[in-house]
Amino acid sequence: MPLTIPREEYMQQGHTACAGCGATLSMRYVLKGMGPKSAVVVPASCWSVIPGELPYTSLKVPLLYTPFASAGAAISGLREGLDAQGKQDYNVIAFAGDGGTADIGLQGLSAAVERGHNVLYVMYDNEAYMNTGIQRSGSTPYGAWTTTTPVGSKRDYKRENKKFVADLMMAQNAPYVATAAIGFPEDLERKLSVAKSIKGPKFIQILSPCPPGWNYNSADTVRVSRLAVESRIFPLYEFRNGKLTLFKPSKTVPVSQYLYLQGRFSHLYDSEVKVIESAVEERWQSLLRKEQV
Amino acid sequence: MESVQSHRKIMTGNEAVAVGVKLAKVKVIAAYPITPQTTIVEELADMVANGELDSKFIEVESEHSAMSAVTASEASGVRSYTASSSHGILYMHEPLHWAAGMRLPLVMSVVNRAIGPPWNIWGEQTDTFNQKDTGWLQIYCESNQEAMDSILLGYKIAENKKILLPVMNMLDAFTLSHTSEPVDVRNQKKAAEYVGDLELDSKLDFKNPAGYGSLLGPDGPFMEMKKDMRDSMYNAIGTIKNEISNFNEQFSAELPGLTDNFMMEDADYALVTAGAISSTAKYTVRKLREKGQKVGLIRLYFYRPFPGEDVLKAVKGLKGLGVVERNLSFGQRGPTYEDVATSLYGRVDIPIRNYVVGLGGRDIRVKDFERMFEDLVEGDNEIEWVNVGVK
Amino acid sequence: MPILPITYVSTSTREMSSWRTSKPIIEYSKCTRCAICWKFCPDVAIDLVSDPSIKSPNEKFSSLEAPLINLNYCKGCGICATECPFGAIEMVREEI
Repeated sequence: MPLTIPREEYMQQGHTACAGCGATLSMRYVLKGMGPKSAVVVPASCWSVIPGELPYTSLKVPLLYTPFASAGAAISGLREGLDAQGKQDYNVIAFAGDGGTADIGLQGLSAAVERGHNVLYVMYDNEAYMNTGIQRSGSTPYGAWTTTTPVGSKRDYKRENKKFVADLMMAQNAPYVATAAIGFPEDLERKLSVAKSIKGPKFIQILSPCPPGWNYNSADTVRVSRLAVESRIFPLYEFRNGKLTLFKPSKTVPVSQYLYLQGRFSHLYDSEVKVIESAVEERWQSLLRKEQV
Repeated sequence: MESVQSHRKIMTGNEAVAVGVKLAKVKVIAAYPITPQTTIVEELADMVANGELDSKFIEVESEHSAMSAVTASEASGVRSYTASSSHGILYMHEPLHWAAGMRLPLVMSVVNRAIGPPWNIWGEQTDTFNQKDTGWLQIYCESNQEAMDSILLGYKIAENKKILLPVMNMLDAFTLSHTSEPVDVRNQKKAAEYVGDLELDSKLDFKNPAGYGSLLGPDGPFMEMKKDMRDSMYNAIGTIKNEISNFNEQFSAELPGLTDNFMMEDADYALVTAGAISSTAKYTVRKLREKGQKVGLIRLYFYRPFPGEDVLKAVKGLKGLGVVERNLSFGQRGPTYEDVATSLYGRVDIPIRNYVVGLGGRDIRVKDFERMFEDLVEGDNEIEWVNVGVK
Repeated sequence: MPILPITYVSTSTREMSSWRTSKPIIEYSKCTRCAICWKFCPDVAIDLVSDPSIKSPNEKFSSLEAPLINLNYCKGCGICATECPFGAIEMVREEI
């Protein structure tokens, strides 16, 4: 049977990611798609630890580490530096977590996209500050337990909605915006090849489940990711030339099926699950309307 | 025959800096506007727009991003530059450490300006004295000529393989940045030959992909790296002296040593200063000398590495020394005082007084320096506020 | 040259097997060699090999590349066992 994603590996074995790490699958797929003529910029995140401590690296492409808020600016500088040397044919990729993208790095990302550098910004979204031990980020979904939204006796779970950075990038009219999930690697590879063909800033947000952070069995990483798409809590879409295309999964499942698999939602009462379900439906309808425009 | 001579032009400090950057063949510039740095980057943007300077210009959205961008472009292997001031340099504090820790030979200009609140755009050096421990070399200029020459010298020193640390060039808000002086503009061809092309052995290498700036535990060579940075800067003094004489020879220039000792040979009393206020101090020294007073001045051209041995040599035989700070540390005497006192401790016994002057652009007049010299006779003090509360 | 924070050694030169509490065992007689396990392995610990000596459900599959788990790198997450559409991978507790 022919392989459905590129065979070549640019992320190597022996990295120090947790067992079943979704963010690691994201990196593996992104590099397969972007190929060896790439450089990756990683701000503070799980991925500043995963490649291993000195003297190790787990990528077969150059990996530039930066401070937390620096990813957007660093890819801008790297792009211009390479262009100044006639290396226009090398891909410059930011690979940042949701904290580094939705929160502390948002300004840098937005500005890099506005300036129009020829770069790809990948947000690997594991929906909290996982490297520091599961603290809430702007990208944490409503209802989730984290160590800073600890539920407690006052039911202090995350009461605010997830900030969808890809939606913000659409609002900024970036040349290419896509969401992806590690449960659908062929879809991600296709989106990467589209991104590669476009000159200018590209943004891809990849839902990257985290077994310890979301509190599920590590064997279920891919399953959880698939359920996120099938339950429409994390819709997959593509935005190009101002036009939105929404992926409609052939099989749909209730949101509760996605939530019940994860300990971070286990405190929710049925009534609270219903609130999430109606919010998911509302967002889905709004995306459908945007697609019609 | 093509002339390799400098030609004299009247220009502001900021213009002189921009011309210095052009002379150094900088390939990537990233900058964010802040008064009074703006005319540097406006000038550079004009040069790029008119094709006078073949450089990428990134109009970043913050100073944090300015430093992050040039750190990455320098890491890719091209000479890069930024300029900032005041709150901008404070906002850059984190990536300043990153650039130095990555051993990237950047050069940055800083127009020294006060820190709020209250908002104040005038001269003061607290902004860069707050950055003295970031791993950047620090140069404080007294004239627009120095501001231009220190860009070329800065790249030469930063890129020296024995040093490989970034250089911060300071000029005072308005007193230099927006004030015109005659400047000898160095010949472009000669300047280009002098700085050469950037050869960064540690640049991003696609053939041998590596991690740049990766994680290290307590047993890894973390402390060794920090020691190496410290050694590289501390031991750079000899190299810097050679580079300065080399520069002066090549361009018939008059850069001082790490310190600029003015009428110190037989002095009884002296002040230590940095930056443009030194010109007023020199005028005062000359005036008092005419009256027969044996006074002198030590101007710190370099503040990092701190030229402690040079200061020690210069103060021998003094009866009193005054350290003048145009910056402030709230819970201690000034940082220059601490550095001077440390350099002299146990080696000479001279009373040292400490003065705080010119914060937020407060004028520093000849009569203020005269009062400081009078005051030196009295011996040690805690700290003296000059021209404060007298209005 | 200064001491630089630059890292060149591939992590693939070290073993991660001590992180594992259970290991995947492939029942090759059920394996159709679809490579789904290879696709979803976050540890890049599954190689695809051409080895006619590896058992296969029938002749149709024997010419295809078979997945081979590299236990030096496998952290035992169990994704391969969950995702295998043919139930050909079982997670077996490691003996201590």
